[in-house]
Amino acid sequence: MYPRSLPYLLLLPSLALLAVLFLYPFVLVAWQAISDDGGQFTTAHFSEMLGHWKFGTAFTNTLLLTLAVVPIQIALALYMASLVTGMSRGRDAFLYIWTIPLGISDLAAGIIWLSIFEQTGFLNTFMVGLGFSEQPETFLGYQNKGTIFLAIALAEIWRATAIVLVILVAGMGLIPKEYKEAAEVFGASRWQQFTKVTLPLLKPSLQTAMILRVILAFEVFAVVAALGGTNMPILMGEVYNWQFVLRDANVAAAFALVILGISILCTLIIMWFLRTPKGATL
Amino acid sequence: MTVDGTSKTMLWTFRISTVVLCLWVLVPIYFLLTNTLSSPEEVVAFPKRVWPSFNLESISFFLTFSGVGAAMWNSVLVASVTMVLSIAAGAPAGYALSRFDFKGKSFYRVLILMTRAFPLPLLALPLAVLYIRIGLDDTILGLALLHTMLALPFAVLITFSLFSGIPVELEEAAWTLGCNRFQAFRKVILPLVLPGITASAIFAFVISWNEVFGAAVLTIENRTLPAFLLQGLDQAPLHLKFAGGAVLVIPALIFIFMVRKYLFAMWGIANR
Amino acid sequence: MAEIKIKSVAKRFGKVEALKSIDLTIADQEFLVLLGASGCGKTTLLRIVAGLETASEGEIWIGDKRVDQLPPRDRGIAMVFQNYAVFPHLTVFENIAFGLRMAKVDQATIEKRVSKTAELMHIEALLKRYSGQLSGGQRQRVAVARALAMEPEVLLMDEPLSNLDALLRMEMRAELKSVLAESKTTTIYVTHDQVEAMSMADRIAIMNKGEIVQASDAVDIYRNPAHRFVGSFIGNPPMNFLPAKPRSEDTWSVAGVKLSGPNHNAAASASSVEFAIRPEDLIPVSEASEDAFTAQVRVIEPLGSHVLASCMVDDQLFRVVVDSDKSLQQGDTLYVKPMYDRMRWFDSSTERSL
Repeated sequence: MYPRSLPYLLLLPSLALLAVLFLYPFVLVAWQAISDDGGQFTTAHFSEMLGHWKFGTAFTNTLLLTLAVVPIQIALALYMASLVTGMSRGRDAFLYIWTIPLGISDLAAGIIWLSIFEQTGFLNTFMVGLGFSEQPETFLGYQNKGTIFLAIALAEIWRATAIVLVILVAGMGLIPKEYKEAAEVFGASRWQQFTKVTLPLLKPSLQTAMILRVILAFEVFAVVAALGGTNMPILMGEVYNWQFVLRDANVAAAFALVILGISILCTLIIMWFLRTPKGATL
Repeated sequence: MTVDGTSKTMLWTFRISTVVLCLWVLVPIYFLLTNTLSSPEEVVAFPKRVWPSFNLESISFFLTFSGVGAAMWNSVLVASVTMVLSIAAGAPAGYALSRFDFKGKSFYRVLILMTRAFPLPLLALPLAVLYIRIGLDDTILGLALLHTMLALPFAVLITFSLFSGIPVELEEAAWTLGCNRFQAFRKVILPLVLPGITASAIFAFVISWNEVFGAAVLTIENRTLPAFLLQGLDQAPLHLKFAGGAVLVIPALIFIFMVRKYLFAMWGIANR
Repeated sequence: MAEIKIKSVAKRFGKVEALKSIDLTIADQEFLVLLGASGCGKTTLLRIVAGLETASEGEIWIGDKRVDQLPPRDRGIAMVFQNYAVFPHLTVFENIAFGLRMAKVDQATIEKRVSKTAELMHIEALLKRYSGQLSGGQRQRVAVARALAMEPEVLLMDEPLSNLDALLRMEMRAELKSVLAESKTTTIYVTHDQVEAMSMADRIAIMNKGEIVQASDAVDIYRNPAHRFVGSFIGNPPMNFLPAKPRSEDTWSVAGVKLSGPNHNAAASASSVEFAIRPEDLIPVSEASEDAFTAQVRVIEPLGSHVLASCMVDDQLFRVVVDSDKSLQQGDTLYVKPMYDRMRWFDSSTERSL
C-alpha cells in the first residue's frame, strides 16, 4: 500500500547528484579533450599528449605499478582472510589491526613510507646499524628509480590490501561452512577445499575486489607524489601537472580520458574472466 | 596431528604469519609516530632513534604553521558537509532499494555500482570548469559535492544492507497498530538503524577527510589538509611532513575503529 | 459488530494469479481458519484484509465500512505476525502499549490495559524486558498481547504458532482458543497445520491454488470433502482414491469390487468417476469376497494405537489403518471391506464430489 511514485521520490536526490556530478562531468571532460577553444572537433590535444616525452613513461609506470601491486594484494588478502576464518579467538582484534590502513589516505601512506625510505630514515638506520652498508643510501634519489618503484609498490601494498581483505572476508562470510565440510567428507585436503570450493564461490567478491583495486591503482597519485616526487611520472600525476603547472586543461582532459579508457577496459576484462554462470551463485 | 587435523608446524606457521602481518601493518605507523614525537633535529639526525623522545616541538611547530589551522578547519567543514549530503541522498535510496520492487530498480543498482568502476577523482577536472561558471570554485560546498559523489555509492549500499536487515514485519506491525508510513519509520525503523547510519556517515567523513587529488584541483585559497600537505611536499622540511601525516592519520584511525563492525556487513551485501 | 465480507477479491503478481475471485463472509465473533499448503494464497488473502497488500480486484468490508482503499491503521484490525515482529528497541510494556500510544490513549488507561492483557497472556513478569531477552514462546505471547490490548474488532493471525516447538504449540493452541473465545473479536487465522485448524476453528476455509475449495466446520470437512483436494489434504493419512467403472444404473466396479454409488444419470456429465475412502473406514475381513478389496501389504508402520499399512490395490497406493492387535507382515494379502456410509465419490474432471 504505497503510491507508485514513492520509490522514485526516494531515489530522486541521489539520482540528481549522479546526473549533475557524475554523468554530466564525464561528458564535459570528454568534450574538453576533443574540442578546441572555438568548439570545433580536434585531435590536437591527444597528439600533444602522445607527443610529450613523459607520456610513454607515465603510461608504462602506471601499468607496471598496477601489475606489481594488485596480484600481491589479492594473494596477501586471500591468505589473511583464510587465516582469519581459521581463528577461534582474537578474530576481531586481528581483523581490526589488519584493516587499519583502510582509514589511511594515500598521501599519509606515502609520508609513512617516506619515514622509512628517506636518507635519514629507518631503513638506512637499520642497514648501517646492522653493518649492511657503510653509509646511508639515497633510496629516493633520481638515480635510484628501482628503489623508488619498490618503495611506492610497498606503500601501496601496505595501504590498500585492507580493502581487498574486507571484501574477501565479507564474501567468505557468505559461504556456508557446510560446503567445505562436505568437500572434506568427500576427501578433499585443506588446499583442495580452498581451491575447489572456497575460491570458485568467492568469485563475485574477487571480481569486486579486483575491479576496485585496479581502478584505484590507475588513480594512484599522492603516494607517488610523496615518495617519488617528479622522478616517477604516472598518469594521474600528469593530469595534475598539465592542469596546474602547464595550465592546459585540454591535454589534462585527454590524459583523464586515457585513465578512464584503461579503467573501463580492465573492468570489462576482469568481469569477463571472473564471470559466474547464471544460477551458479550462492 | 591434533583432533581437527592441524599439525604442529601448521599451527606455528599460522601463528607466526599472523604476528608478522600485524607487525607489517603496525610498525610503519609506529615509525611515523616516532618521527612526529621527536624534535625537528632528531628527525633529520642520523642514525635515527627508534623510540620517540616525546618532544612536542615538531607537532607544535606544525600546528602553529601558517595555514595549517585553516586547512584543518576546511577539512572538517568539507567532511561534515559530505557526511550530511551523502546520507541525505543515500539513505532514502537505500531504503527504497530494500523495501520496494519497482521498474528500473536493477538499472539504478547497476548505475550505483558502475560509479565504482570509474576513476572518480578525475571528476574534479570538469567540475573545476563547471564551478567557475556557477561560482562554486574554491568553495567548501563545491569540494564537498565532489566528495559526496565518492561517498554516495557507499552510503547507498550500507544503508541498503542496514534496512534489509530489519524485517518488513516490524514496519507492518507498526502500520496495523495505528502508524502511517512516516510514523512507522520514525518510531520503529529509525531507532533500529541509527547506529548503522552513524557508521556510514563516519565512513563518508573519512573518505572526504583523506581525499587528495580532487581537493588539490578544486581548491586554491581554501585548501583542505591533504591538499595543503601535497602542495608543500616539495619544499616543506621533513618534520613538518611527518607531523602533518600523523595529524591526517590519527582521526581516521579512530573513525575506522568506530565503524569496524559495519565494514564487513556492507561489503557482504555489495557483492550480490 | 464486525462481520468481514470478502467480495470477488483477486490478486495478480504480474502474470501469476495468486488469488482467483475469492468470496467469503466471516460472521461477527467467528473464528475462521484459512488452511492450505504453502503458496496457496492464504497469507496473501489475510494481508489484503489487513491492508498490507492491495487486491487487484474486489472489495473488503469490515462491519458496514468498505475498507479496501484504507490504510491498515484505519481498518480497526490488529495482527499477529508469523515472526512475531516484537519491536526490539522497546520493552515488553512499550510493545503492548505501542498501538494505544498511537491512538493517544491516556497513560492511566494504557497502564490498566497493558497489565490486563499481560495478565491474560501470563507475561506480567516480563514487562520490563526487551525482545532479545525473551524466548520464542514468550515473544509469541507479547505479540498476541500487543494485538489484544487494542481490543480490536478484527484480529488477524498469520501462522502465529508455526515457529514454536511441538509441545509449546499444543499448549498455546488451547490457551489462545480460550483467550479468544472471551475476547469477542472476529478472527481470521492462517495456518498450514490441519490439526491446529481443526482444534481451534469455528469454521475452516480450505484454500488450493488461489481458490477456497470448501468452507465448513471441522467434522464436515473431514467427513464430507467437497473437493478431491480436501480429501487428499485433510486427514493423516489422507483419503484413498481409486478409479471407478460404471456397471449398472447405480453400481460401480472399483478394483474389481462391486459397490453401489451415485446414479449413472447424475454422474452422466462426469467423464470419469473416482471412489474415495478414508484408511480408517476399512474393515479387515478374513477371506476374499466380491465386496472386499484385495490389498498387497508393502510397508507397515506401527503407530501405537493402530497400525498403518501401505498396500497396493490394482497397482495403486492404498492405505489401511488396522488395530495394533492384528499381526501383519510385509507381503501379506489383506482383504478389506469399505464402510458403506463412509464411501465418497468424485468427478475426476471437475474434482468436485458427487
